[in-house]
Amino acid sequence: MTAPLRIGFIPLIDAAGLIVAVEKGFVRVEGLDVQLVREVSWSNVRDKLNIGLFDAAHSLAPVPIASSLGIGHIKVPIVAPLTLSLNGNAVTVSPPLYAAIVHELDGDRLDPMATARALARVVAARRRSGSAPLTFGMTFPFSAHNYLLRFWMAAGHVDPDEDVRLVVLPPPFMVDSMASGQIDGFCVGAPWNSIAVDRGVGRVLHFGSDIVQRAAEKVLAVRQIWADKNPHVLAALVRAVFRAAEFAEVPENRTEVAQILARDEYIGVDAGVILRTLEGRLKVASDGTSREDSRFMMLAREDASAPDPLQAAWLYAQMVRWKQTPMNREGLKRAQAVFRPDLFEAALGRANAQQTGSSAMGAFAGPVFAPETIEAYFAALSAEPGSR
Amino acid sequence: MGGESSPKIAIVDESPIRAALLEEGLREAGYTDVVRIGEMQSLLNRIYALDPDVIVIDLENPSRDVLEQMFQVSRAVRRPIAMFVDQSDAASIQASVDAGVSAYIVDGLKKERLKPILDLCISRFNAFAKLQNELDRARSALEDRKVIDRAKGILMKLKGLTEDEAYVLLRSTAMREKKKIGDIAQSILTASELLK
Repeated sequence: MTAPLRIGFIPLIDAAGLIVAVEKGFVRVEGLDVQLVREVSWSNVRDKLNIGLFDAAHSLAPVPIASSLGIGHIKVPIVAPLTLSLNGNAVTVSPPLYAAIVHELDGDRLDPMATARALARVVAARRRSGSAPLTFGMTFPFSAHNYLLRFWMAAGHVDPDEDVRLVVLPPPFMVDSMASGQIDGFCVGAPWNSIAVDRGVGRVLHFGSDIVQRAAEKVLAVRQIWADKNPHVLAALVRAVFRAAEFAEVPENRTEVAQILARDEYIGVDAGVILRTLEGRLKVASDGTSREDSRFMMLAREDASAPDPLQAAWLYAQMVRWKQTPMNREGLKRAQAVFRPDLFEAALGRANAQQTGSSAMGAFAGPVFAPETIEAYFAALSAEPGSR
Repeated sequence: MGGESSPKIAIVDESPIRAALLEEGLREAGYTDVVRIGEMQSLLNRIYALDPDVIVIDLENPSRDVLEQMFQVSRAVRRPIAMFVDQSDAASIQASVDAGVSAYIVDGLKKERLKPILDLCISRFNAFAKLQNELDRARSALEDRKVIDRAKGILMKLKGLTEDEAYVLLRSTAMREKKKIGDIAQSILTASELLK
């Protein structure tokens, strides 16, 4: 038995791997004693991991890259030996904005390109009439939520820094802010989109997976120095969380998993909402219309758990695109090295990386992304009218 | 303040007592321009309206992430801010996280002017936590005393003891069973409820 590991998490459904690992005994099988510590902000999770108050953390995927490169905060090398989830977000808009987009729509309402172009027309009309710019909420500057919103808007030639306002809001405040009219839309993870729909103040416009098919959402994050000093503990933790994520993916286990996550000490919301999310079956409108997508949130499916340096490179590219950091090849290389498939494979006793699923990002618009040709990627993006 | 004007300090804290304690400490130390924000709705707009040089926020506040946005360069952010530490100051971060407080410095203020403010916040936050602990302890001691008094009354009535004898009986039982005297008293109350 080693000393208890302290692992910070935010009460969200994609912390399932960690929570189930503790509650269903996967950590005990590995001889680990884990104390999960619920946190209230991503900043807290980051800082407590960085200074060693946490041994590991449920982290927004871009944060370890930002910390490792010293972007926006002090520089602390962090590694991600396991992906906790791919996707799981949705873009939800207020009923009036939904109506305005549908009014301007000249294509399929599930096609993000059609909705983005419609959004551009809504934005232009508001500017002509002198209305205040639309405001969208997201959860953190270094988050897939921020990048997905921006990616979608920019594809329709809406400049997310000039044409609309993007504001950071803690997820529990999103729904109230929408109800009170302070924001017109948001991109956030589960269960908050469903809660906005249930309360009749929002309509799910897109799943995150409509925008990018495989987007790294949360990772297990540890300090590089801790990983170097505790290779066996790390491997045991990776195994435990991976097995737990696999457990949570089995359809027959979902009801039990939803009940565990629903408990007050974890997420503290209705188990039914959690179950729907695990099944990728979300109510998108308050009239009861629902939509299903097997890619809505992936915990261990399609090789989701293996950290993919391509994902890290894409996240780095978004940081560059939105001017959080200047582009340089060294930074790109270091960003890719934050995601460690080698640690994941070694923990599972697999000799070589066995990427079974497609590793492509599958973005709905823009040039195909490859780190080797990142300059050409930016050149192609900036060649599009209205983009940057 | 060494000839320089007092920096404007915004305290973002949902606990009005702790915020008051902090404000008082800052004023005593000569910082005259201190404003409290207790309402988290449209926090960014409130901060812009105040235009502070330093922002202090408690770590139990989910709105801390809102402040992170102010590091970014965008139209929504007018004056960029930074975290209070530079790379070399890990001890400061550790002390402040332990105390449960974080401070942000708004563009323009010199870093060395922040350090004494942060140190003061850390000590006031620690003082508040200690005060709260003492309060909790005092409250439970008071509860215990009420329970013990009632248990004594029951023993006096049932066994014809004096008050002192009843107390000695409670205490010796607690010692023998290695329990707190309050717990023994509570079990007497429970038993007497059941046997009513």
